[in-house]
Amino acid sequence: MNTIFLIAKKELSSFLNTSWGVSIFAIILLLDGLLFNAFALGSAPRYSADVLEDFFFFSSGTTMIAGILLTMRLLAEERQQGTDALLLTAPIQESHIVIGKFLGALSFLLLITLGTLYMPLLIQINGKVSWGQIAAGYVGLTCLGASTIAIGTFGSTISKNQLSAAITSAAILVLMLLGWLLGKITSPPFDTVFSYLAFFDKHFQPFMSGKINSEGVVFYLSITCAFLLLAVRVIQSRRQY
Amino acid sequence: MIEVQNLSRYYGDFPAISDISFSIQQHEIIGFLGLNGAGKSTTLKILAGLLSPSKGQVFINGSNWIENPDAFRANIGFLPEDPPLYKDMTVREFLCYLAKLRQFPLSKIESRIDAVLTLCQLVDRGDQIIAELSLGYRKRVGIAQAIIHKPSLVILDEPTGGLDPQQMLELRKVIRGLSVEATVLLSSHNLTEVAETCDRLLILHEGTIVAEGNQETLSQRMDTAHQTIDVVISNRDDLDERLQRISQIQRFTTTEEDGRITVHCTIDASTPELIARMVHENFEIHQVTPTQSELEQIFLSLTGGTQ
Repeated sequence: MNTIFLIAKKELSSFLNTSWGVSIFAIILLLDGLLFNAFALGSAPRYSADVLEDFFFFSSGTTMIAGILLTMRLLAEERQQGTDALLLTAPIQESHIVIGKFLGALSFLLLITLGTLYMPLLIQINGKVSWGQIAAGYVGLTCLGASTIAIGTFGSTISKNQLSAAITSAAILVLMLLGWLLGKITSPPFDTVFSYLAFFDKHFQPFMSGKINSEGVVFYLSITCAFLLLAVRVIQSRRQY
Repeated sequence: MIEVQNLSRYYGDFPAISDISFSIQQHEIIGFLGLNGAGKSTTLKILAGLLSPSKGQVFINGSNWIENPDAFRANIGFLPEDPPLYKDMTVREFLCYLAKLRQFPLSKIESRIDAVLTLCQLVDRGDQIIAELSLGYRKRVGIAQAIIHKPSLVILDEPTGGLDPQQMLELRKVIRGLSVEATVLLSSHNLTEVAETCDRLLILHEGTIVAEGNQETLSQRMDTAHQTIDVVISNRDDLDERLQRISQIQRFTTTEEDGRITVHCTIDASTPELIARMVHENFEIHQVTPTQSELEQIFLSLTGGTQ
């Protein structure tokens, strides 16, 4: 357990102390602010709840982008620079390496997400929204972020460099985002399967409108666990075969 | 202490190493030699815990690679050819992180870091960012990370590669110092370095161990037919005829400079035997120089390399 937190702490510290991490933090907050101002607030009068819903809609996109950018370095960079030997020759389990890396990146993503909190607070001050809707939206963003980080961790594990890690993870994510479309054009029983696997459509929208959707939580947790398990298997196979 | 029994490793159907066995005692410095593709890297990776064996057993202090890989890895320190370093950390931060990662007792980490910095001659670089260090110092940090958790076996792959002669000399001293607390397995293409640093040699060829022992033992096994030496002489009367009479010389060429003749010859006897025979043939010998060091000759003879 200690090694998990040690690896997570090292990752978090490396995000906080490098221009890469700080740049991602700044760019994502800037994007969030611009999208909030230009689209969520808009020029015509709107209900506060609708503004907040749009804020979470745009934030989900920036959270996924941030997740891919943060994870592209996690293991691919270690492999590229040969520092993976330090982890692989250490007396630690593969799952500790993967979970440590995952938690480090997730912690930084949550810091970025916390940085967006001033926007819902502005809506609350100047309008009227329920704290429940704000909380539900952030629970959704956390679940979506965790899944994206897990997908990115897996992508980074199977790639030899950071660029291919980002492309692989983005491709998996886009494929899952398009699940709703595949669900519409395929016939039963595949339409149900694809609709269920849709990364955003069915599972995130309830969070935007203030409902903590247990089905959504289970979905995102399952995706997170599945991709982390796959990443562990990849490292195990690298050590053993 | 380190026991390798019938170790084999296959990549698909190709045997990178097959059925190798050797043992290493505590505090020995072992030189691991072999041509490219001989299976050195594969063996080192298995010993470092990076690759699993296809067949055979590897024990370190009783810990078996297959049955208890984590206990096995806890006994190993590994420095690959390119030192794996987190360059944004200071030397101290880096060593502290690795000591914790390898589960060294927390209360002893600070004193251990001080001891390792002293051993690797890095005391005045402890608070420097690794990215700012020269290659020579980075290699030392690489060695420091390999020994920070007090492993029983330290594996060094080409530790002096890319260093200037001064840095090489300094690093050799550091490597010799390591044997006080650990066994050292050193792989290198630099035969002078191996000759000067190691107590014993293991020579690997085409995936099998073709020889092991110290330099003296190995020279006795050497195929002398491959020795080449230069002999400087001054009397040129009937030179070719007299050289051809010496049965120990397989072939020769001669060059002349400032009245002195250098005979470049390949011999199938020991150097003292040749000298005795040449003296018998009334040659005035001024100098005898092996064209390769003794270890080079041993290595090439055992691996069938080109001279």
